Amino acid sequence: MNKVALSLRVNGESHDVVVEPRKLLSDALREDCRLTGTHVGCEHGVCGACTVLVDGRPVRSCLSFAVQAAGHEITTIEAVAQGGQLSALQQALHEEHGLQCGFCTPGIVMTFEAFLRENPDPSEAQIREALSGNLCRCTGYQNIVAAIKKAAAQMQGGGGYVTP
Amino acid sequence: MKPAGFSFHRPRTLNEALDLLAAHGDTAKLIAGGQSLVPVMNMRLAAPAELIDINDLPDLAEIRYQGEFVEVGALTRHHQLAESELVRSRCPLLAQAAATIGHYAIRQRGTIGGSLAHADPTAQLPLIAVTLSAEIDIASSRGRRTLSAADFFLSVMTTALEPDEIVVAIRFPVMVPGEGCAFRFFNRRLSDFAIVAVAATITVEKMRIAGLHLGIGGVAPVPLAYVDLCQRFIGQAADSGRVRELAQAVRDAVEPEDNPRISAEYRRELVQTLTERALTLALDEAKGNAA
Repeated sequence: MNKVALSLRVNGESHDVVVEPRKLLSDALREDCRLTGTHVGCEHGVCGACTVLVDGRPVRSCLSFAVQAAGHEITTIEAVAQGGQLSALQQALHEEHGLQCGFCTPGIVMTFEAFLRENPDPSEAQIREALSGNLCRCTGYQNIVAAIKKAAAQMQGGGGYVTP
Repeated sequence: MKPAGFSFHRPRTLNEALDLLAAHGDTAKLIAGGQSLVPVMNMRLAAPAELIDINDLPDLAEIRYQGEFVEVGALTRHHQLAESELVRSRCPLLAQAAATIGHYAIRQRGTIGGSLAHADPTAQLPLIAVTLSAEIDIASSRGRRTLSAADFFLSVMTTALEPDEIVVAIRFPVMVPGEGCAFRFFNRRLSDFAIVAVAATITVEKMRIAGLHLGIGGVAPVPLAYVDLCQRFIGQAADSGRVRELAQAVRDAVEPEDNPRISAEYRRELVQTLTERALTLALDEAKGNAA
């Protein structure tokens, strides 16, 4: 199949890539943009590891094609910490031991960066419902839920970033 | 787990999309949210030669209030349906069901037109469309037509859409005074497909049942609305005894498939239990919404 040239806007930067139309956005991010923080697990939308933001909304990057993403603003895990400072959610995941192997973590962070903006004061049930879209085989989820609650409380207290 | 190759088209207008479908219909697939299509492409269960991306057709993404109907553009995302004030107030059954589809990230992309065209027998939106007798507007380069939901779904993942046709919009009747609704379903894990799903609306006038819609998913190749059964209860007392009778009647009416993983008897149990719960909730709400 013929490759197509397109420009992907990722974390505020333009990446000119030449890809087959069938190339998944997840693979284009990792292989063509060299942003390997986006992880690829199941490749059929179940595990949530590849979740990125497209125009601010959480999206499975394995369920869209790179050609579809041209003209849209993509945000990946690489852009969440700013100036070497973890986001409130990342910091809370660290403090609450919300990760072990860390494979699922980028997808969880991207999902909940968006979720907490939309639901600043979520109930535990709402958190668990949203978290059901991200599979973690290490933690048992308890500490992830605790971290998300902590991040929500901190973000409500003002600012998305924790001072050390 | 990578899809087979295809040519990609990204039309900017509906007419352009319809011309592409007319030219390539037999070998083309439309992609909207892609949340059902891309998994099957990744697993190579589908390998369209042409992929026509309709995400740039903004006319298809509007939700409009039109007197007796809420008209929902085919590109409306499940999350928009679940969050829309208009849908929540005028057609709450639709909003409630949309909020339970897949996962948070899936609902950001998945569309109502895609869900109807995919026609999974246990999916939420086909069930709501059938329960409420929604009207489905369809376009092709040959012209336009409208089908009722009951005529749209033919079998498992099979609809009345021709290869050159596209779903444009879906019209749902708005809730009336004295009406209540509820959606209940059962699955084994959060966000799995339902084993059985039940959608109900009930309208109460002077403590009697004045309107009743009951739809069941998961018991047949397509979601079914039990219109004749509901008709028998019109004019009867709107009380818990009648709700129990209805739940028993629909349990007796369904003919689910008996399969080794889920027996027909188990599905019948679910139908009865979920129907009773949904109707009880709908009845409470109806009494609260009295005209």
